[in-house]
Amino acid sequence: MKYIEEFQDPDLARRLLDDIHATVTRPWALMEVCGGQTHTIIRHGIDQLLPEQVELIHGPGCPVCVTPLEVIDKALEIASRPDVIFCSFGDMLRVPGTGRDLFQVRSEGGDVRVVYSPLDALKVARQNPGREVVFFGIGFETTAPPNAMTVYQAKRLGIPNFSLLVSHVRVPPAIEAIMRSPSCRVQGFLAAGHVCSVMGTGEYPELAARHRVPIVVTGFEPLDILEGVRRAVRQLERGEHTVDNAYARAVRPEGNPAALAMLEDVFEVTDRAWRGIGVIPDSGWRLSARYREFDAEHRFAVTGITTREPAECRSGEVLQGLLKPHECEAFGTTCTPRTPLGATMVSSEGACAAYYLYRRLELTPARTAPPAPAGPHASTAPLEASPVA
Amino acid sequence: MPDTTLPESALPAQSATAPDVTGWTCPAPLRDRPRVVMGHGGGGALSAELVQHLFAPAYGGEALAQLGDSAALSLGGVRLAFSTDSYVVRPLFFPGGSIGDLAVNGTVNDLAMSGARAAYLSCGFILEEGVEMSVVAAVARALGDAARAAGVEVATGDTKVVEAGHGDGIYVNTAGIGLIPDGVDLRPQRVVPGDVVIVSGEIGLHGVAIMSVREGLEFGVDVESDCAPLGGLVDAMLAVTPDLHVLRDPTRGGMAAALNEIAAASGTGVVIREGAVPVPDAVANACAILGLDPLYVANEGKLVAFVPREHADAVLEAMRAHPLGRRAAVIGEAVESHQGLVVARTGLGGTRVVDLPIGEQLPRIC
Repeated sequence: MKYIEEFQDPDLARRLLDDIHATVTRPWALMEVCGGQTHTIIRHGIDQLLPEQVELIHGPGCPVCVTPLEVIDKALEIASRPDVIFCSFGDMLRVPGTGRDLFQVRSEGGDVRVVYSPLDALKVARQNPGREVVFFGIGFETTAPPNAMTVYQAKRLGIPNFSLLVSHVRVPPAIEAIMRSPSCRVQGFLAAGHVCSVMGTGEYPELAARHRVPIVVTGFEPLDILEGVRRAVRQLERGEHTVDNAYARAVRPEGNPAALAMLEDVFEVTDRAWRGIGVIPDSGWRLSARYREFDAEHRFAVTGITTREPAECRSGEVLQGLLKPHECEAFGTTCTPRTPLGATMVSSEGACAAYYLYRRLELTPARTAPPAPAGPHASTAPLEASPVA
Repeated sequence: MPDTTLPESALPAQSATAPDVTGWTCPAPLRDRPRVVMGHGGGGALSAELVQHLFAPAYGGEALAQLGDSAALSLGGVRLAFSTDSYVVRPLFFPGGSIGDLAVNGTVNDLAMSGARAAYLSCGFILEEGVEMSVVAAVARALGDAARAAGVEVATGDTKVVEAGHGDGIYVNTAGIGLIPDGVDLRPQRVVPGDVVIVSGEIGLHGVAIMSVREGLEFGVDVESDCAPLGGLVDAMLAVTPDLHVLRDPTRGGMAAALNEIAAASGTGVVIREGAVPVPDAVANACAILGLDPLYVANEGKLVAFVPREHADAVLEAMRAHPLGRRAAVIGEAVESHQGLVVARTGLGGTRVVDLPIGEQLPRIC
């Protein structure tokens, strides 16, 4: 498998950075929507290499972060039952609900299993016909199709002991909510490439036009991020606001028709609460009436569980770029990755968790101009053609 | 599940002092974990807290305070290294080795990190009722072969059987002793700014090999565990100079945990150049698929060394001349700044903190 080293090439990165530095004339605030992008930015120190004028605001696109506390509590309640095998992707096990997490449920005797695909959970259900098997179906448009496919298969094969605890969310309504906020500072978006690989780009032109923001569909490797920033900054400097696909190796404008058909069949759009933000209209999916029998919330009668977020958590403001993580009173004291109060400290992809690490570096390096070219052949000329697209 | 609740008085007292924010210490040691979770065995922060807050205060004793992979002891005028380790790997046989190989090499390597050549091992088997005798025999054969290859003798042992359902087939515990040569003093406290950090080869192979068979994941390439005894490689390094400062065997928690332990215990900072760390393509690909960081993935036949700068070139040359050090590389250095922290310089020229893992690394959702 290729596509890792090539998209982390320091020389190409330097050329992209040179181009961004040469293009920027004034401050711009860009939001990278997806937590995977935030992770790449922090992990590779990209924010330190961009010009002072380019601010990256970390968006709400970490599926672990935005899953509401009450959904975690429902998961904990279901997973605690002796007749249940509760299956989940790995990183949800550490997300605290009210007072405990799925690891703790497991240590108390609950049968909680990490799987790598929802279809594995279906296999577990077939192997254990005498027990209820529940899969924790969370995430964005990226993880929704395979979860839909699993429910579809459960119905088709007649597997009555499988159900899905659903908390799926959709990106475009979140962008809309962020842009409608009176204090919104975001001037351009790096849209989540993997979401668009499923959904296509059709939902974005209207958003870009209505809010006059460039939306650049961006991948997840360091060069992808830099190319996304480069294209967004170019648009902003020119006063443009179009949808631009900088992740053409994975994203077609029409998306993935098979996945879209599966979503259409199994799910229906609904209002959804986002941890740290609140309810956003039409921002999620639930199982459609045809598949309601596979809805774990109903099967285990946990719809009544409601949970309030800790009042001192200000992650909603962080997610909108109104507050830097370290400006929160709880940051690093009562709120750490080990004892998170809310959304953005929960996952390694959350902005607060990333800052917690980064701010611990006493050096606090100021953002610098890009390092000197690597060799005699390194180009410093502005780019017209992208080296990665 | 049996009721294993303890009276409040039996639990370790929680610190009543406010968290030291300036030092960025975590304010929640064991208080938030009334029961053992898997992360307590993951080699990260939870493991360290369990030892420091629960076991060490209960045992007392000066020797334990070293908290290394093995303890360096003086007994009757002789300097000994003493170590124990338990092996609970699943499956029992995996690409590149078995629980028998691990049981020997894991303990042999813990002793080697004190500079000692392992002389004798004890070997305790905990067998689950119902496990096939042919499987026990195969593990015992593998263990014997590994001991002969490492030049160590199994001198004493023990066998217990637990009821079906109370074990995972076979668990093994080994303890080992070996002599520490004169003039060798390997401790993190000896690390000084300017020391060169050398890793003996490609990282992440064991963890990815285990994941590939345990989870049925295919990464397109067969990845074999790097399980191997490191005594010979350490001898070759000590032959260049006995003045190596510290060695670590980056098993659970990987390179990140080993470097963090050294940074914390030495009070120096550590800087590594991410691009200099040898990561095989298969490991990089597997980690990319699962959202893991190769720096946190387990190794079973690698070491990381902090070497005085004046000896670094010669030590590196000696390592590369040894079969288990052919891919040895300088990956960074100890520094005066950001004491106790490990920082990676990224390929693009940025920096990031490489933190101690909390529990175990978990595959990410997307």
